[in-house]
Amino acid sequence: MHSTALAKYKSELIQGIQAGISIAIGYFPVAIAFGLLAERTGLSIAETVMMSAIVFAGAAQYMSLSLIAAHVGAWEIIMTTFIVNIRHFLMSASLNEKVEKDSIWIKALYGFGVTDETYAVAAVRQEMVTAPYMFGLCLMAYSSWVINSGIGYIVGENLPAFLQESMGIALYALFIGLLVPSLKKHRKIIVLALLSAVINSVLLTTGRLSIGWSIALSSLFSSVVVECIFRKLEVQQDE
Amino acid sequence: MNSQIFWLIIGMGVVTYIPRMLPFVIFSQLHLPPFWQNVLKNVPYATLGALIVPSVFFIHEDFLFGAVGAFTAFIAAYFGANVFFVVMCSIAVLSFYSFFF
Repeated sequence: MHSTALAKYKSELIQGIQAGISIAIGYFPVAIAFGLLAERTGLSIAETVMMSAIVFAGAAQYMSLSLIAAHVGAWEIIMTTFIVNIRHFLMSASLNEKVEKDSIWIKALYGFGVTDETYAVAAVRQEMVTAPYMFGLCLMAYSSWVINSGIGYIVGENLPAFLQESMGIALYALFIGLLVPSLKKHRKIIVLALLSAVINSVLLTTGRLSIGWSIALSSLFSSVVVECIFRKLEVQQDE
Repeated sequence: MNSQIFWLIIGMGVVTYIPRMLPFVIFSQLHLPPFWQNVLKNVPYATLGALIVPSVFFIHEDFLFGAVGAFTAFIAAYFGANVFFVVMCSIAVLSFYSFFF
């Protein structure tokens, strides 16, 4: 009994690691660019790597660099970081609906690894999401982010431009690769993704919202609206 | 290390971790009504839509750059390629594109 549980744990961990490879590749150019920018902002390499290791959030880290460069106060930078990253609340709440029962401590531990990308991969997984799967997935994303931030700091400028440019598509290709198989299955998912994409585009081009808020609000709004519509349709079909 | 930067990083880390961790703790004890559970199950697909559009078109000054990459990924994914292959395909096509155009 014990050995089968261990075997399951191991296979889940490996599946998580495999699923994390695409994220690790996608983080490469983003982390390299962050390291390079941190060096230009005047951070030391230790500070750069420490920020990636402790904060582990791309958009907020970029923003903090421009604020540090502009000599903005620490509290203001911390508040901005909070505001940018509060969207993860929605993602963790959503992910919590499909994770296996576990102790709060274990969930709180892998909660550290929730980013836009790890969330997207875990949330569209066919099977239930287990703790070892999350550990493997987040470990891949995390190591790529931290290590490549350091590499970017040291060698950022010497990477060939065409490689940097073309790798910038990786995270978007990852998102598309995650979304398309589900689009083919349910009409509801097409409506969800399209509606949210349209609202996000409108919010970003007309409003004054940061991208973090814009993504969170358009996702939540579309999810609620689509749930109401499809519930009505189901009721009508039942009658 | 500059101690001001040190505490700044710690502060940023704390405020980033809290919203990531809190839902796992709160909603393990407190159960949401079914309607909101369903809404949360919709969120992944809506989030993916918003993560892709419109940002993918702005990764380069040349709007076509993102469009070509996204189109490649869509075709690869549509014909059943796994995610890793989808990512590699669009990187390869865009390397080709930026090398020649």
